[in-house]
Formats: sequence, C-alpha cells, structure tokens
Amino acid sequence: MPPGDLERVLCGLKFPTDPNLIVGLDSADDAGVYKITDEIAIIQTVDFFTPIVDDPYWFGQIAAANALSDVYAMGGIPKTAMNIVAFPVKDMDISVLRKIIQGGLDKMKEAGVVLVGGHSVEDSELKYGLSVTGFIHPDHILTKKGFKAGDRLVLTKSLGTGVINTAIKGGLASSKAIEFVTHLMATLNRDAAQVMKGFPVHACTDITGFGLIGHVAEMVVDSGFGISLWSEKIPIIPEAFDYAAMGLVPAGAYNNRKFREAMVDIYPSVKRAVLDIMYDPQTSGGLLICVKKESADDLVNKLKGKGIDDAAVIGEVLSEPKGKIVVS
Amino acid sequence: MSATVDAQGLSCPQPVLMTLDKIKKGSDKEIVVLVDSNTSKENVSRAAQSQGWEIADVQENEEGYRLTIKKD
Repeated sequence: MPPGDLERVLCGLKFPTDPNLIVGLDSADDAGVYKITDEIAIIQTVDFFTPIVDDPYWFGQIAAANALSDVYAMGGIPKTAMNIVAFPVKDMDISVLRKIIQGGLDKMKEAGVVLVGGHSVEDSELKYGLSVTGFIHPDHILTKKGFKAGDRLVLTKSLGTGVINTAIKGGLASSKAIEFVTHLMATLNRDAAQVMKGFPVHACTDITGFGLIGHVAEMVVDSGFGISLWSEKIPIIPEAFDYAAMGLVPAGAYNNRKFREAMVDIYPSVKRAVLDIMYDPQTSGGLLICVKKESADDLVNKLKGKGIDDAAVIGEVLSEPKGKIVVS
Repeated sequence: MSATVDAQGLSCPQPVLMTLDKIKKGSDKEIVVLVDSNTSKENVSRAAQSQGWEIADVQENEEGYRLTIKKD
C-alpha cells in the first residue's frame, strides 16, 4: 500500500504486548523479533507481490530473495519458509506456477532455508511470496535506529529497479538492462549480511517499496539525527538514469516523494533523474548499512571482494539538522 | 490549432510513449497533452524536456491536467 495509508489503518488499534516481543509493530522495522531464550530469538517476516518479470522461474527467485531480505537486514539467519500463492487456475497454465515455485525453491536452497509448507488461493491476479522465519541472538539485532553522528551509510545494490520495470512495461528497456536488473533482484542479501557481521555496524535496513529516501526517512524520524545523502555517489542500474530522465518513473516514486518531501532538503546541483531514482520503489533492493566512519571504506572493499560490485558509501549521519535528509 | 495527445484514462508509461511518438513524428511545433494523474503530468513533462521541448503551460482541471509543450 502507498506510504501513509497503512499508518492510517493501524493508527489507534491496540496490539497485544509481550515482554519477549523485542521488535514489534510500533517500530516500523523490517521484521518482528520474539525472544525464545536469552540466546535465541526468532525473526518473522512475510512478503509477496505480482510478477515483475516475464520469466516465471526468475520471478520465483526474485520473490524469494525479496522475502528473505528482511531477515538479513536485521542481522539474522533465515531457516524456514512457507509459500504464499495466488493463482488464476482457469486462465493460466499450471506449469507457470510450477516454474515460479521451482525458482523460489532454488533460491531457498541457496540461502540454506527449508520450505515447510504454504497456502494457495485461486485469484484473478497471480501473486507469489514467502513467509520466512529466522534466528538471531537477542543481543545482536540490527534495527533502523542506533546510529551515531559521523556514521557512514553503505548501500549494497544499485537503485532503479522500479524505473527499469516501467521501461519494460513500455517495451523500451534494453536486453542488457533487463538482464542486469533481473539478476540484481534475484541476488540474495546474504553475502552482504555476512560481510557486515565483522564490522562495527550500528543500524541496517533493506531498500524496498519506499525507495532509498523513504527508508532513510524511517531511520531519521525520532532518531535525534539527520542524514546526508551524496547523490553523485549513489550506484544506479545502467540505463536507469536515462529512462528516468525521459519520464519512465513509476507512480510509486511520486507517492514516495509526496509522503516524505517535507523532510528532505535538496541542493540545486542534484540532478532530477537521480532524485527520482532515490525515491524509486525497489524490488529486492540492497542493504543500507550504517557503519562507524573509520570502517566504511574497508567494509566496501570487503563487499566488493565478495562480488558485491555495486557497494558504495553514499552518505553520513549528521548531528544537525535533526530529523532531516539532506541530498547534496 | 495544436496537435493533441489524449492520454486520459491511461497509466504510465503509456502517456509518455504517446507523447514521444507525437514528438518524433516531427510535424508539430506545439502539442497539447491531456492526462489524468500527477504521475502522468510529471512523466510527460520529463519526456518532453528530454527531447529538448519546453513546458509552455500546465493547467489543472476536474479531469486532470492539460499540458502545452513547445519546440522552438
């Protein structure tokens, strides 16, 4: 749902509390965390969506990588998953669903996750995703808060999947751009999450539907800090800049901008297409890691050494202006 | 009389594609584009500017937006 709408739905509803619920609905985080013992907590998350690529096998992989990402973003290890399927049985060949589930299974296998079940419904529109459960030590949970002034922000995947998907819809995307974005979306955030474990990381989230600025806004709100984003350092999917400049920007990017623009200060030198991409809703986007300043370059080098070529330092935490995002 | 692109009721990227088609035909110096959402208004503006056209006028009405784009 568009940003803001869900808040209006949930506002004022009373949710049950439990002393073992470490991360719940009140913190707008990537997944919920529930403590089982002093050593183990479970992380739970769910995500599903309609196809964003034509190939069903790749769609299955992307949907699974996307659903697993929330566990990685909190520093956990995903262990079990359940399929969520909505399928137009009367209008579509059942072999399509088989390929989607095969894609999901292969991605789960790569992640070391076991499928324990699932649920399917007949629907006019195809949808697929996972409910995922992972484990984490209760003292090692990474949330969107906890960062300090001077911390650097490291992004692990290029931005622009929404723009490329709009170009695909219009039949304008090049085969190179389609291939790049398909592989990027299907890439697990597992390796990035493993690499960051060796560094003084203070906060982490993954970039998805609210776009880079939308997710940074969630970090900044009530944090007592501001965040500066360096537009020229932001990794962008090849050709996404050109597509955005020619008006292939998805409605979600404009919704994200409308919801958050009051807290964003923009330097006049920032290119409009880059700003559009910073609001662009991402599917299975990268991790945004808040790391101690002195370790940022080393973290990026280690990420690149693991094949995460897009990794870049894209900004920093500011003591002032509090509650603001400054795009330079 | 300007050429008109009526993209009301269509979602992106259709209004952009129709505007670019009209621009690339090359026979018009001024085109009026009708759209019904902010997304389409913004995207058609970007499409026109990316081709070196300028946004001469934007009017909001009950149905949506009426953009006039011009090429010198």
